[in-house]
Amino acid sequence: MSTAELVNHKPGRNYLLSAVAIVVSIVVFIIPFAFIVLTAVKDRQQAASLDFSWPHQLRIVQNFVEVVKARDYMLVIAFINSTILTVASVAGMVVLAAMAGFVLQRRKSRWNGFINFLVLSGLIIPPAVVPTIWVLQKFGLFKTMPGLILIEIAFGLSFCVLLFRAFVATIPRELDEAATIDGAGPLRLFFGVIFPLLRSVIVTVVVVQSVAVFNDFTNPLYFLPGDQNATVQLTLYNFQSQFSTQYNLLFMNILLITIPPLIMFLFFNRQIVAGMTSGAIKG
Amino acid sequence: MRASAPKAYTPYSNWFYLPSAIIYGVLFIVPTFASLYFSLTRWSLFESKFIGLENFKLFFSEPQLVKGFTNTLIFAVVTSGSKVVLGLLLAVLLTSQIVARGYLRSVVFFPVLVSTIGVGITFTVLMNPDHGLINGGLSALGIDGPGWLTDPKYALLSVAAVDIWKGVGLATLIYIAGIVSIPREYLEAARVDGASSWETFRRIVLPLSRPATVTVIILSLIGGLRSFELIWAMTRGGPGFTSDVIASVIYKQYQAGFYGLSTAGNVVLFIAVTAIVLPLSYFLNRKEVDL
Amino acid sequence: MTIRPPSTALALIGLLALTGCSAGSLGSSDSGGDGKVTISYLIGNQDQDVKTAEQLVKDFTAKNPDITIKTETRPAGTEGDNIVKTRLSTGDMPEVFNYNTGSLFQAIAPQKNLVPLSDQPYVGDLDENFKKTVTADGQVYGVPVGGFMGGAVLYNIPIYTRLGLKPPTTWAEFMANSAKIKAAGIPPVIQTYGETWTSQLFVLGDFHNVAAVEPDFADKYTKNQAKYATSPAALKGFEHTEAVHDAGYENKDFASAKLPDGLRMLAQGKGAQYPILSGVVANMVATYPDAAKNVGLFALPGDDASKNGLTVWTPGANYIPKTTTGAKLDAAKKFLAFIASPDGCKSQTAAGAPTGPYAVKGCELPADVPQAIKDMQPYLDKQGASSLALEFVSPVKGPSLEQITVEVGSGIRKAKDGAARYDEDVKKQAQQLGLAGW
Repeated sequence: MSTAELVNHKPGRNYLLSAVAIVVSIVVFIIPFAFIVLTAVKDRQQAASLDFSWPHQLRIVQNFVEVVKARDYMLVIAFINSTILTVASVAGMVVLAAMAGFVLQRRKSRWNGFINFLVLSGLIIPPAVVPTIWVLQKFGLFKTMPGLILIEIAFGLSFCVLLFRAFVATIPRELDEAATIDGAGPLRLFFGVIFPLLRSVIVTVVVVQSVAVFNDFTNPLYFLPGDQNATVQLTLYNFQSQFSTQYNLLFMNILLITIPPLIMFLFFNRQIVAGMTSGAIKG
Repeated sequence: MRASAPKAYTPYSNWFYLPSAIIYGVLFIVPTFASLYFSLTRWSLFESKFIGLENFKLFFSEPQLVKGFTNTLIFAVVTSGSKVVLGLLLAVLLTSQIVARGYLRSVVFFPVLVSTIGVGITFTVLMNPDHGLINGGLSALGIDGPGWLTDPKYALLSVAAVDIWKGVGLATLIYIAGIVSIPREYLEAARVDGASSWETFRRIVLPLSRPATVTVIILSLIGGLRSFELIWAMTRGGPGFTSDVIASVIYKQYQAGFYGLSTAGNVVLFIAVTAIVLPLSYFLNRKEVDL
Repeated sequence: MTIRPPSTALALIGLLALTGCSAGSLGSSDSGGDGKVTISYLIGNQDQDVKTAEQLVKDFTAKNPDITIKTETRPAGTEGDNIVKTRLSTGDMPEVFNYNTGSLFQAIAPQKNLVPLSDQPYVGDLDENFKKTVTADGQVYGVPVGGFMGGAVLYNIPIYTRLGLKPPTTWAEFMANSAKIKAAGIPPVIQTYGETWTSQLFVLGDFHNVAAVEPDFADKYTKNQAKYATSPAALKGFEHTEAVHDAGYENKDFASAKLPDGLRMLAQGKGAQYPILSGVVANMVATYPDAAKNVGLFALPGDDASKNGLTVWTPGANYIPKTTTGAKLDAAKKFLAFIASPDGCKSQTAAGAPTGPYAVKGCELPADVPQAIKDMQPYLDKQGASSLALEFVSPVKGPSLEQITVEVGSGIRKAKDGAARYDEDVKKQAQQLGLAGW
């Protein structure tokens, strides 16, 4: 019997509740998405009326090609850029934040209050654009992809540290002690013992931060300007005025840039569920 | 590092902070302090003139300030409150024996994946008073729907509703993680004692998902207080100024080229959010225990 | 002290950091040496702006095969203002960029950031009114792209003909016409608050009428001696916005409609009169070809028919930032010289219907310009029948006017209150510019 069943320990499935849940989910979540899809494959005239109807003619391929080709294949470049940006910055965030969150939770010192405050500040304070550009310029990182990756890491660290710190609290200290007695140094202890145990929270962080970075548009707009550096959200932003009367293309663009996060979610979905239901992590 | 301090050896090396500290310090803390200085200047990006606290005076005399603060609080409380309640209910529902559980989990989480601008564009279209799908559906039921985004009475709450739509999946995920990590001995014990579903929820699930609740409240409250992108994508603070929040007031000052003033506004917003979130965070975390 | 991560995770990061470069452009690349130069050209991302820029680049590079120009877009409106300022202040501006003239031009510190063009041979060919709007400290900094625009009322000619109306020259006539149009079952005044900037025309487009009554308004306004709320003539614009709403003359969906909706209504006769900038005509004619002859234009009417005239916007301009040097600077200057020549105007005309007369001597409008643009000419030809909009004669322009006019035009705020609110708004801008008297 699963934990879930123990919470609602009714013997059978609740069919009435299921039916209601499914109907509500269709109205609230599926219809808006269906609207995006339908509008994306309509022709220009029909899309302009913005109603919820079956397309007169399916223009999947034409609309797709038109969006991809717009502004010299900007979307293709954008997809490459966004993928590099997302993978690199999320990988960086996970490792760095896990290290910091680990020590922050384990090692009590008088600095902890201050560090916690800094972490929380990162969530609260809006970044100062122009001074940040100056700093990047000092290091020759402005308008470079590594610069933007570091920016995303810096701005995303707080959230990740917060989650890791909370999760490390659930890992028994006895494990650390055992590993230390076995002769593991700090790095071995962390990467060999602790890091693998963080799997489920890592999955959460990866999902949430990938979505955040992939969907970010203000930071690329300021720190990596230029059409050849476009990221996917900037294409949407650009097309919004360019396609102001072509809702089919606008929605095709929304659809296309939603697919990568969707694939990622479908990929990690099992991991989330697996990581969570195993319950083994609790030790 | 191992050799230097043998007597107080700890496996929790402070070096672990170093990479984070460098990146965070150089790219976030330093620019933030630089901007603190500029909040005391009249700054055109090209030159700045020190004017003391003038910007703060000007910011507090901003005609939109009271309305903006009220709206910010309404927005933050409505969205984070709804995310806590709906997230918990959905999490309980989605951990129960329900048909199509995988499907439901996926659709609830799906909006989290769509970009804010994409959501904004889509719902602006759906909420169009005359040919939007929502009012079309309502009129089929014989209800005359309002101008969701164009009527000053509803604009802010409409955006809040979309924010909940977009964000509830994350809250649900955090709660699901909390619920499945409840040690099964507790639940088994409750079952043996013959507790009803409601009692199990009330006495075990609710108290033990407290850490999840704290996370959801803190994250969504900060998000709500700073919320800007969705409001900007959907109403730009309009119609007129009626759905302006502090962050959009500041952004408009920034756009208008009042860089010093908007930096001062950010300082004020930071202090206000800290004043709300820190005590709350302290209060909520007080009873947190290491499992 | 050695730190050797036993995990592959860090190695992965290192790898990513190495490959972490931008995808860059697919295909084309900078070809260095052999006298070839590549420059970038930053423009707003509005459909028509992009078309015009691409046509200009195409025609220019056909004549100058050694120069390659890459266009780059930025958001329009206030977001664009920010990008331009940020990139200028961080020394990251492309070699040529397009931006507004008048008060917005003054706000980008031209003396500090831009290359002066006064020594260029074509400067003498630029229109005097235009030149004033791109001049700082006696130096000219920009060349015009696009034509002059009128801030006026576009109207549907068939509706006017059918109802036997003639273009009004006073506000009373305008309201009387509107009453008849409404009685015929057509929304008399199109408003599109879904795009807030379109709400400002009753105020901004009324400036000729203000200046006709108070000729020194702009001067006093700059010096903080005249106010919208206290000047009866200036207040009229806000009152008109309010009056149209109170009379129920707006289209039903005014609150959510956008510019393309407004143009569609006007072109298809679903609405009769649309106060807007004549710059939108090109787009309208491209979508609805019949609108070229079915849509006319009249200036915003004031109280006095004899003083009625058109409020005129000068075209945007191309500028060169100081960061452009050497061969790139020469190429950029060549490009500007082309734009400021009759060939440049022809190129622009090829990209779309002109918005009004060009600001370069020797540039003729083609004979087949849309009726609405033709209707501007009599105002421009007649002495004293046109004035530059306030933003071109005073550096003071508040950022929130569009929100305020939306409120006034939606019945959320009273006209007088709105004007006072705008006066408040303007104060910050004047202080930011460090003007005397604020």
